[in-house]
Amino acid sequence: MPKDHQPNRCGVILIRYGEIALKGQNRGYFERQLVENLGDVLDGDFGADIRRRQGRIFVELEEGADTDEALQRLRRVFGVVSVSPASRVPLDDDDIARAAVDIARRARRLHQRTSPRTPFTFKIDARRANKGFHLTSPEINRWLGAEVLRSIDDIEVDVHDPTLRLQVEIRDNYAYLTGEVLDGPGGLPAGSSGTALGLLSGGIDSPVACWHMMKRGLRMEAVHFYTPPFTGPRSHQKVRDLAQKLARWGNGFTLHMYHFTEIQQAIDNYCPERLRLTVMRRMMLRAAESLADRRSILALVTGESLGQVASQTLHNLQATTAVLRRPVLRPLVGMDKQQIVETAKAIGTYDTSTLPYDDCCTLFVPKHPKTQPSLKEVDKAEEQLPVEQLLSKKEVDTERFDSRGRPLE
Amino acid sequence: MQETKKQTVYLDNSSTTAALKSVRRAMCQAMRDNYANPSSLHRLGMEAERMIEAGRRAAAGLLEAEPEEIYFTSGATEANNIIIRGAAQAYAQRGSHIITSQIEHPSVRLTCRDLQDRGFSVSYLPADERGRVRVDRLREALREDTILCSIMTVNNEVGSIQPLSEIGRELDKKPGPRPLFHTDAVQGVGKVDLPLKEAGIDAMSLSAHKFHGPKGIGVMYLRRGLSVPPLQTGGGQERGLRSGTENTEAIAGMTEAIEWLMQNEEDNRDYLRHLRRRLAELIQQAVPQAVINGAPPGRKHQDVQAPHILNVSVEGIRGEVMVHALEQRGVFASTGAACSTNKRIHSTTLASMPLPQGRIDSAVRLSMSPMNTVDEMKTAAQALKSAAQQLMKG
Repeated sequence: MPKDHQPNRCGVILIRYGEIALKGQNRGYFERQLVENLGDVLDGDFGADIRRRQGRIFVELEEGADTDEALQRLRRVFGVVSVSPASRVPLDDDDIARAAVDIARRARRLHQRTSPRTPFTFKIDARRANKGFHLTSPEINRWLGAEVLRSIDDIEVDVHDPTLRLQVEIRDNYAYLTGEVLDGPGGLPAGSSGTALGLLSGGIDSPVACWHMMKRGLRMEAVHFYTPPFTGPRSHQKVRDLAQKLARWGNGFTLHMYHFTEIQQAIDNYCPERLRLTVMRRMMLRAAESLADRRSILALVTGESLGQVASQTLHNLQATTAVLRRPVLRPLVGMDKQQIVETAKAIGTYDTSTLPYDDCCTLFVPKHPKTQPSLKEVDKAEEQLPVEQLLSKKEVDTERFDSRGRPLE
Repeated sequence: MQETKKQTVYLDNSSTTAALKSVRRAMCQAMRDNYANPSSLHRLGMEAERMIEAGRRAAAGLLEAEPEEIYFTSGATEANNIIIRGAAQAYAQRGSHIITSQIEHPSVRLTCRDLQDRGFSVSYLPADERGRVRVDRLREALREDTILCSIMTVNNEVGSIQPLSEIGRELDKKPGPRPLFHTDAVQGVGKVDLPLKEAGIDAMSLSAHKFHGPKGIGVMYLRRGLSVPPLQTGGGQERGLRSGTENTEAIAGMTEAIEWLMQNEEDNRDYLRHLRRRLAELIQQAVPQAVINGAPPGRKHQDVQAPHILNVSVEGIRGEVMVHALEQRGVFASTGAACSTNKRIHSTTLASMPLPQGRIDSAVRLSMSPMNTVDEMKTAAQALKSAAQQLMKG
């Protein structure tokens, strides 16, 4: 019996990954990370068996498993270019032809329901990975094309823009046929590039920034600056909800709730009003860096977009970053608000971000913050502020979420 | 259950109240034994029907009305909608003018706003500095084509009692047919006299969860002889006015709450007045800069101020921040205003009262129930004091 012959399995999901295949000698490492992350989101469900073979990943599901649910989970994993539900059949001409006709018939039925007025066209796209198979790829295309045409009425071939692109992969022990390709997010598998610490405010931008960096293979943690009683339990819950949503993209998420009230009040007492916002950003970044120090994290991530608000001018970016020893990654720096909003909607954070609970940024914003403070001015503005002392009393609550967004103990 | 470290002092009874033990028991029992559909022909159905008719009689007793004038709804929001939309539709041929106030609950105010979008004209009467609707403005607003006047019994944010009897007399003077007079009595029932007959009120809305009954059940009073078209069609329950299987267990619970209310009404009011007075005194001792919005305690204000709400401002501290700070100290209150820095949605009641902006921004509503104790008032006053000390700058 061949090694991967497991009679109780029928549903197969084919996963294509692109970018990581380019990564030369790191390829094996990235692939292993991707397989691990895929396993994480499947979370032991569906009796899934994940195998990597010749530039593809195959996920076999046990009989009766909810293929749609598995597809939805898999297609959120960074590194995945696309996923396809597939039929797996033995390398027997009759079996292969029957599977091809079945897929074409199902697709045509769906097409009739959704757009009955347009003709239904198809194309066979065969790929013979197993060179021992008795037909070449072009021969398979012709053969299966004829089978489909003979078995189904009102169907035409269109090799340029077909309604159905029926892909056939002939592998060592089985043939895999699929007619449906669902896009994945692309990017690199989370965790393959290390860990960074994001500053998560509860607004629209910062979760999107975290998401973009996850897509570049970072495992993300985030710090939220919490200012009770100026903010209440609902804004706390809002940030927790955002962390949960991000966890499902990033194969887990760690959220640090940093009690910031004392620092905030000290800034209000010791710093000139027009520079308070800049000093507050500075203190947040300092506090984030001290957290990163403890956790051996090499970079910070913010949702700043150049010129979007008064605190996001070049002057302010310089003044807030000058006190750091780490790079601050700003994936949104060149994006328009509209682009950011669209991403937030697509990744599911928008509705949470727009709930009307204040965070400290909105509560303490001075009426006319200085947009072009010089480094010298900002240094002077915090002369009275006992920076080291304030940062030494770290009060942080840490919560972790698994890859399905569930809180971990 | 009880936390030893931090006591929970619940002073948000105008938002909702805890259900009485007798209410919980009656509801469990109804779910266990009386689960049949009151419309069913069989004996179990009849028993369920009997239970809801007992509730109807209890509600009628509370309002000194007839059982046939009582309709069960899901709460006051639904009752307000049925009456306001229904009256607008029923009397559309007579006129298209509606009078309400700027300090109504959103379920009245926004329903009128919606009718405005549909071609009705609406006058929103302002309130005075104590939070009472101005009758002189009603006189100016009344028109020949006024078909409906909806004014609440007690304001939910400051606790001001509205001059319903005076309003009723003004409506009497209008030439031609008298407008339908509706009052949302959610904050008034059990706390103040309901001048149903004296003010000539035609319709009234109540909600059980504001007087220790369950959520999801309310009462609509509609004077005998009046009828409005229903908002929803269906099985024709509640004499066709509110189709949908009756919420029997909630009605059973509400019946208990009504009985408790009627048996203890005088004691409850005296006790609430006592609590409000103590709380006001304690706050003024603890936080001298605190200001009361609405009328201060005292016999001479008894007719204009409900006994269960104390609205206070500590200027310089935003109401929302104060609510969070009180919560940290175990005291649960409300702002009555959804106030966001971005969207500055103020308390509509306070904003329409002639008050300084600082007072509006800092208003906090403490609302009592007979379940509260004098000790809790002390805790609340101390919490307010320590929160004010923490949050006051300089």
